[in-house]
Amino acid sequence: MMSLPLASTRRQLEPGTFEIIAGTAIILAWVILALAAPLFSGADPNSIDLSGLLQPPSADHFFGTDHLGRDVFTRVLHAARIDVWMGIAGVMPPLLVGATIGLVSGYAGGATDAVMMRLVDITVAFPFFVLVIAIVGILGPGLFNYFVALALVGWVSYARLVRAEVLVLKNKEFVAAAQALGYPPSIIMARHVLPNTLSSLLVYATTDAVLVLLAGASLGFLGLGVQPPTPEWGAMIADGQPYVVDAWWICFFPGLAAMSLGFGFILTSDGLSRVLGR
Amino acid sequence: MPFLFALGQRLLQLIPVLIGISVVSFLLVQLSPGDPIRLLLGDRATAEAVAQLREQYGFDRPLIVQYFSYVSNVLQGDLGRSIRYQLPVESLILDFLPPTLFLIGYVVAISVPTTVVLAIVSARCRDRWPDHLIRAAAILGMTIPVFWLALMMSRLFGVELGWFPVSGYGDGFVGHLHHLFLPAISTSTWLIPLLLRNLRAALINESESDYVTASRSKGLGEGYIFRRHVLVNSVLPTLNLLGVMIAFLIGSSVVVEIIYAVPGLGTLMVSAVLGRDYYVIQGLTLFYAIATVIVTLTIDILSAMIDPRVKL
Repeated sequence: MMSLPLASTRRQLEPGTFEIIAGTAIILAWVILALAAPLFSGADPNSIDLSGLLQPPSADHFFGTDHLGRDVFTRVLHAARIDVWMGIAGVMPPLLVGATIGLVSGYAGGATDAVMMRLVDITVAFPFFVLVIAIVGILGPGLFNYFVALALVGWVSYARLVRAEVLVLKNKEFVAAAQALGYPPSIIMARHVLPNTLSSLLVYATTDAVLVLLAGASLGFLGLGVQPPTPEWGAMIADGQPYVVDAWWICFFPGLAAMSLGFGFILTSDGLSRVLGR
Repeated sequence: MPFLFALGQRLLQLIPVLIGISVVSFLLVQLSPGDPIRLLLGDRATAEAVAQLREQYGFDRPLIVQYFSYVSNVLQGDLGRSIRYQLPVESLILDFLPPTLFLIGYVVAISVPTTVVLAIVSARCRDRWPDHLIRAAAILGMTIPVFWLALMMSRLFGVELGWFPVSGYGDGFVGHLHHLFLPAISTSTWLIPLLLRNLRAALINESESDYVTASRSKGLGEGYIFRRHVLVNSVLPTLNLLGVMIAFLIGSSVVVEIIYAVPGLGTLMVSAVLGRDYYVIQGLTLFYAIATVIVTLTIDILSAMIDPRVKL
């Protein structure tokens, strides 16, 4: 009878695993807080209480109240519904657009590639945030238009990343084998090339989530994001700005929330890149 | 002369990019849902007045004709007229440019030396406590919302302690330095971690390379190897990243300028976006893009001059 190898239980964690677990835990915690926001605090995030304006943090109001007497704690939790969604869903439009362009561009090569790469050159010439502000400013404020702007501006990094990988992958034996078996390029790209780029995409997307979250909160701060009274961290900081001298808590806690979520994304990304060796 | 030849080729490659930039900035206004004429005249303007102005501005002509007249105007330095300020956009941009330039220079002057020192400490103490501390601080710095940090610092150092002014641009060089200190620090807090992580990785990568082992086996001192070989070879990737980051800084100074009421391009941009001042948005976007192209080109030329292996 063979003895099972017990050494594996004592083996040290692979470097990066701890970061992934801690980072994912932070993100998951925020997802749960966002989903369960109404349970944690029964109050309506927009309920105005003019008798309790600008109250400092206390047992009744953990994070104090704002200039309309709204509970900052409740609003931070409800805002997570927008911001967590923004960070996670916001990377999808540029990822989908960029990965498709990079895949086709790298695999097809030739004129298609040349045209796509000129498009990349043109897009990177515009500072990211400037173009996002310009597009949102012209389309009008709101989350949807922010996602549109992200898709139009943010695809470049994903396209470059995927294209660079595809250029290496398309000369591998398994691609040659698929070609020899007569599979059409679309199948080869989707079934054989794309899956091999997913780990790099994942690492980059988790880093990008921080950028998307912080840029989105900046837009909210500038009044170009989700419109009031819907709570959103950036917009809440803007709300609190006139009162920051006397009532620091209105601005402080939403920023802390954004920071902790961003921290979760970066930790995950760092861990993933160590584990996947990228 | 091969360098000049390569430079010429690089400049030729810029032509399609510049055309693309002009098309994008032209389309920004064309595709906008609002009618710029209506904005100019207000809602109560008569149909005849609208039609007349439309003709005057050339909006009744085909899109391609309008594009060419836009390009010829831009080439003559005419970026249109601000609806809100009733001034030519190009003179507005020149008025608002100095504080932004000063701020970017300030940020680079703070960030680059700090990054180099911290990265060296981090790489040389790899996986010991100074490294862990610096890396943790770097992660924290990357996740702080810059505008929030700016706001909190303006309250603490500006209002509470009264060390620094919290708004404006000040007078004279020292005045600028004093007024823009908090904005520059807030922006650096975000920039330093990005550069630091990059330089640290480059330093560690270089210090594991074969020529370092060879130098060690010759009996050269660690400090000598680090200064003469590792550090020099790690500069290039970080220089490239700095180029990208300056381009990024031009954009991200927008929010910081708003918080500290610095009369810079960011303030102009946001007020234009909020006021739907289309020609200012268009002109600024074009200006930002051309500035980015120039920065990128400069960095590429510098890289090629530093390292002959780099092709322009």
